[in-house]
Amino acid sequence: MAARVSYGRLLAIVVKRSRDITSAEDALADAFTKALTSWPEKGVPDNPEAWLLTVARNRLTDRQRQLTRFPMENEMPDISDEAISKPNLSDDRLALLMVCSHPAISRDLHTPLMLQTVLGIDAKTIAHLFMISPTALSKRLVRAKTKIRDAGIPFEIPEPEDLPQRSTAIFEAIYAVHTHDWLEPSDDLGEEALYLANLLTTLLPDQPETFGLAALIAFGHARRSARIVEGVLVPVEEQDGSKWDQKLYAYGLRQLERAHSLGHVGRFQIEAAIQSVHLARLETGVTNWSALNKLYFALLQIAPTSGALVAHAMVTSRLFGYAAGLQALTVAEKQTGPGFQPLWAARADLLAKEGEQEAALAAYGKAISLTTETPMRRFLEARCLKAGRGTE
Amino acid sequence: MRYTLLLYTDPADIAHMTPDDWEAEKQVYGAYIGALQEAGVFVDTDWLQPVDTATTLTLKGGSRQVQDGPFAETKETLGGYFVVEVPDLDAAMAWAERCPAAKVGKVEIRASAMGAFE
Repeated sequence: MAARVSYGRLLAIVVKRSRDITSAEDALADAFTKALTSWPEKGVPDNPEAWLLTVARNRLTDRQRQLTRFPMENEMPDISDEAISKPNLSDDRLALLMVCSHPAISRDLHTPLMLQTVLGIDAKTIAHLFMISPTALSKRLVRAKTKIRDAGIPFEIPEPEDLPQRSTAIFEAIYAVHTHDWLEPSDDLGEEALYLANLLTTLLPDQPETFGLAALIAFGHARRSARIVEGVLVPVEEQDGSKWDQKLYAYGLRQLERAHSLGHVGRFQIEAAIQSVHLARLETGVTNWSALNKLYFALLQIAPTSGALVAHAMVTSRLFGYAAGLQALTVAEKQTGPGFQPLWAARADLLAKEGEQEAALAAYGKAISLTTETPMRRFLEARCLKAGRGTE
Repeated sequence: MRYTLLLYTDPADIAHMTPDDWEAEKQVYGAYIGALQEAGVFVDTDWLQPVDTATTLTLKGGSRQVQDGPFAETKETLGGYFVVEVPDLDAAMAWAERCPAAKVGKVEIRASAMGAFE
């Protein structure tokens, strides 16, 4: 984690001066390489970050000299000695995050750019994690960085009136790190999402959604060890609560309280509150479905996603019966369309509970055909088998 | 039903690949093939040489004509395909969404017509 903190911080400082992410990355990579040979020989310098910054700065200056035959003093604003020698390096990562999620940059590149520049994850690893063609992603990232430099995308914190909207783009990019569906549990990016969200709570402490997002990610990550057992997905209500991470749960609750104290409700706060209700089962022993009903109702007012509609229908079934849940799913389908996997998984579950065996089996079949993740499919296949045995 | 996913990508995106690039590419597509196999829907796949190696031949109009290049010049070209066996178009779309090419290009989904008119 220490190297990760350093990387994004140092890169942000170098980029702020060079306004060119690619050359800043190259210069910093050179500095890290030089450290690998120099530090074991001469010992780790007193201020390693200042040492790395100095080397990176010199590399940038060398490169600039190579590019221009008659270098001019002010052509490339230098990193001042003062900036380097300050014991606490300035944190320019918010400006870096703003650049990565600038509206002029294609939205699907926001997350990869963030992972690369703030966490120092290389393009091939990102491509592997997100199942994108690595060569194409690398080329697109290079083009995006060229655009950032040549189009003059400002490396600055936006004006207060633009801040909420620009912050939302950052939230969404970090949220995408959190929700990215992996093929292997080892590809889970929960730690990275949590790191970025927590970082944001220090960089954007005036935005309530910052804390909502951190809480949401913490609650999700707290359940990571209970989510898949022997390769099969376990729904939240059936998870073994003793496997939940208590520290992360407590952290999430603190973030949620901070969000509420700022007095402006948003999508991530409500989603986090929903997760906290599920986790509270550990203390109370029961799931508070009526609280979930209210929260989903509120969530649907501001973010009527297909996922929330289906989840709300399931809560409805708990409070008002399976038939009411199935009816809510029929209404939800108008928005979700017939190819939405969670809709069919939910419908199959409710039909099985209603004793509609034939319809349940058909719904399970449809849900399984739409499932591309193995743990989820195994779960549905097991449920389907159970439903099939129901009236034997 | 059998569906073919035709992967259209910009050849410039994958030009000048090094052996390392190629290896990384194979890993990502390998993971996708693994997921298709795991789900029992995989039938076939191939990765095609770039479109500038294409040869187009026709006898239409009465004479044999050979054209060096594809039948039509487009920015995104056919780079490969997957054949999957899934119940319906919704399922084919779910797998197309997961395809590594979908995020950088376009995936055209076509149902097999074999047996459709019998």
